[in-house]
Amino acid sequence: MTEGSIGRFRYMDAQRVNLDGFAVESPELGLVAFNSPADPAPTLVVQQGRVLEMDTKARADFDLLDAFIADHGLDLTVAAEAMALDEVAYARMVVDPSVSREEVVRLASGMTPAKLARCLAHLRPAELTLALTKCRARRTPSNQAHVTNRSDDPLLLAADAATAAAFGFREIETTVPVLGDAPSNAIAVSVGAAVGSPGILVQCSVEEALELQLGMRGLVSYAETVSLYGTEQIFIDGDDTPWSKAFLTSAYASRGIKMRVTSGGGAEALMGSAEGKSMFYLEARCVALARAIGAQGVQNGGIDSASVASAVPGGVRSLMAENLMVMLRNLESCTGNDALMSESDVRRTSRTHPIFIGGTDFICSGFGSIQRYDNMFGPSQWNAEDIDDYLAMQRDWGVDGGLRTAAEPEVAALRERAVAAVRAVYDSLGLADFDDAWARQAVDAAGSKDVPAADLMAPLSASRIIMDSQITMLDVVAALDEAGFEVEAQRLLDMLRVRIAGDYLQTAAIYTEDMQVLSLVTDPNDYAGPGTGYQPTPQRQAQIDAIRQQRSVEDLRLVQRTHVGEALTVVGPAQQATDPRDVVIGVSPATGVAIGQTLCGLTTVEAIEELLAGLEEEGCVGRIVRINDTIDLGLIGLTAARLAGSGIGIGLQAKGTALIHRRDLTPLANLELYSVAPTLDRAAYRQLGINAGRHAKGATPEPQRNPYSDEAIEARYHTTVVSLVAIERQHCRPGAPEAMELRSSR
Amino acid sequence: MTTARSGKPASEITLDALRDGQVGIDDVRIHPDTLLHQAAVAERHANPQLAENFRRAAELALLPDEQVMSIYEALRPNRSTYDDLVRIADDLQAVGAVRSAALVREAADAYRGRGLLT
Repeated sequence: MTEGSIGRFRYMDAQRVNLDGFAVESPELGLVAFNSPADPAPTLVVQQGRVLEMDTKARADFDLLDAFIADHGLDLTVAAEAMALDEVAYARMVVDPSVSREEVVRLASGMTPAKLARCLAHLRPAELTLALTKCRARRTPSNQAHVTNRSDDPLLLAADAATAAAFGFREIETTVPVLGDAPSNAIAVSVGAAVGSPGILVQCSVEEALELQLGMRGLVSYAETVSLYGTEQIFIDGDDTPWSKAFLTSAYASRGIKMRVTSGGGAEALMGSAEGKSMFYLEARCVALARAIGAQGVQNGGIDSASVASAVPGGVRSLMAENLMVMLRNLESCTGNDALMSESDVRRTSRTHPIFIGGTDFICSGFGSIQRYDNMFGPSQWNAEDIDDYLAMQRDWGVDGGLRTAAEPEVAALRERAVAAVRAVYDSLGLADFDDAWARQAVDAAGSKDVPAADLMAPLSASRIIMDSQITMLDVVAALDEAGFEVEAQRLLDMLRVRIAGDYLQTAAIYTEDMQVLSLVTDPNDYAGPGTGYQPTPQRQAQIDAIRQQRSVEDLRLVQRTHVGEALTVVGPAQQATDPRDVVIGVSPATGVAIGQTLCGLTTVEAIEELLAGLEEEGCVGRIVRINDTIDLGLIGLTAARLAGSGIGIGLQAKGTALIHRRDLTPLANLELYSVAPTLDRAAYRQLGINAGRHAKGATPEPQRNPYSDEAIEARYHTTVVSLVAIERQHCRPGAPEAMELRSSR
Repeated sequence: MTTARSGKPASEITLDALRDGQVGIDDVRIHPDTLLHQAAVAERHANPQLAENFRRAAELALLPDEQVMSIYEALRPNRSTYDDLVRIADDLQAVGAVRSAALVREAADAYRGRGLLT
């Protein structure tokens, strides 16, 4: 803390956003989002079908990336037209719904990395959002989950994979804290996912060669962690070249396995070799290379370096523009929102939101469906604690972010079955023995800390056996089948069988729950302005809307009915009294009939008891009268006051809102109002009774302030209030006030 | 009807067949012809590079896993001599994997130019 700092800044400094790093723009370190002075001007010189110069660099000076892109990545029949286009003109075409996706994709295929980067730097955030809606490959958006844990616990992995599937994720990515555990993780997650749903794609992110091997054995169904970098030095540091990656890409396809590559702005700056180029330009090279090597898709948008990009001005915008660039290269776009880029909930939501509402092939290239501490990629932008937030956001905007609500009994049953299935497989294949305590803990666990019974050595020894005895997914299928998990066996066999057809090798392919392929080929994005493009089906919309927390008036009525006891009964018409100690508590029409609990949790009877006790303390006598012909609290209080011998009435709605009224005031005027019912308690109602008594006696009351709260009281209670008011209105009817009697509830 | 690399039709990949020991890992491998078909689809959908990838894959589909893994390893930086890569390319060429062979040859030249050979 600086000496002499002022409280306002000490307070602001303490906010979570100030844990984030913010960098002064520094092109020489690559800490610049768009348009570094060192970024080359877009050029393309072609002679007899051969690129002689690209982006101001002559062929003789090409590095590995330039060479591969120039020789494989550009459509030279379009190049002259595309390179001659004005940058802003192309940027407008990208956004304009009347220009088709096919046309902007066609033109992009003739653009060099620098050209496409320059064009897309012109797009503002709202334009980027619209462009995502228009330019993504697949019409139907989707989402991917991370499922990992600190102990590589196979039972917990399976339970969490089934849970992720239940929440709607169509791809699940796992990884390992201990490399040797990878084969065990791949099997556990695949089995768990199959318990949750048919058609879930599963990957295990490990070193390139091992990942391919797992794929060849059928233990995973896609690959993603095939990293590309924007400078030659970092590319080689990553132990690959464009040629080795191109070969790897074909190796996956040769086994019928889907794969996408990974890149992302900021990676080169983070590794200290950005060559003074902007993050966006370097990413433009990665994306051009992804297309050149023949990958069907890209995971980008920062990824592990998202926080580097986010630290510079415009950085978050550049992450989103990276995603759009992938789409324009006609590739599947798995749009980051992966590694956590801020300690601030506001910033991380802000970073994701435009992408979420625009819709992409995979909104997150890893929504941490498990707890942050269990995420072996590091905490995600979105984590288990955010699933309900995300579902609420989908519902708020009517947007399909790929997730759906899952009911607790359904998830409980799936977790139990997933654990049982993995136990059976590991037992049958001689991989491990899990005891009942471990299994029970894994079913119930919110995270690996809840599974102390887990044996950390089990996944390692299981993995050794898997590798040594050449276990394939067919062995897993057979083991499931033998143990009676026929449905899951069939689902995993289906995931192997689809390799034969190869339809899911096409751009942006996923499987639906009935094993239909959705891809650029089968489900092409046809957005062309309002009223076109993806619309959730009515069933899907219902999934988005019907979150488990929503309540109807009927739900509330049932709850309220359980709180309506026998204590309050009508004894006859209410009388006018003359006793100056007489104070009338006017209650609302639904009191004692349909509403029995106030918003603070006390029963209405308990609130009345406190009022009566408060009046008694002041030597007054309280009388309960139900006002049947209005739900307006002012009128209820005033009517009560006019019946009271003292001329003082208390108005009380059954939901707990209360006021003190006097017979000579207008309805909307009152002496004291206790408007925030959720924050009231017994003491508050007692004080209200006391104050009403003092008003009756002409003594000075102790004015009570509404208790202060910084909580979103209205967000919590307004929906309930709407329902309770509706119930009150249903019980509102013409007729005189009725006297009620209270038999003590105690 | 799609058939696996082994020649078994996809419709015969069933749990019953598995129970009878009639499904092996080669029965769930993609056939080169299917990859060539997917290449044509990719070409029609404005991605000639993806098509080229599938055509290379059609060649690799016939090679054993170990050979594919070892070629990948040889293509990583500073793993091979120029001659090693040329030999791999020749081997590929000999089994008709002409596109893959061309890729490896191109790598050999590129690596020589950038000092990535052993």
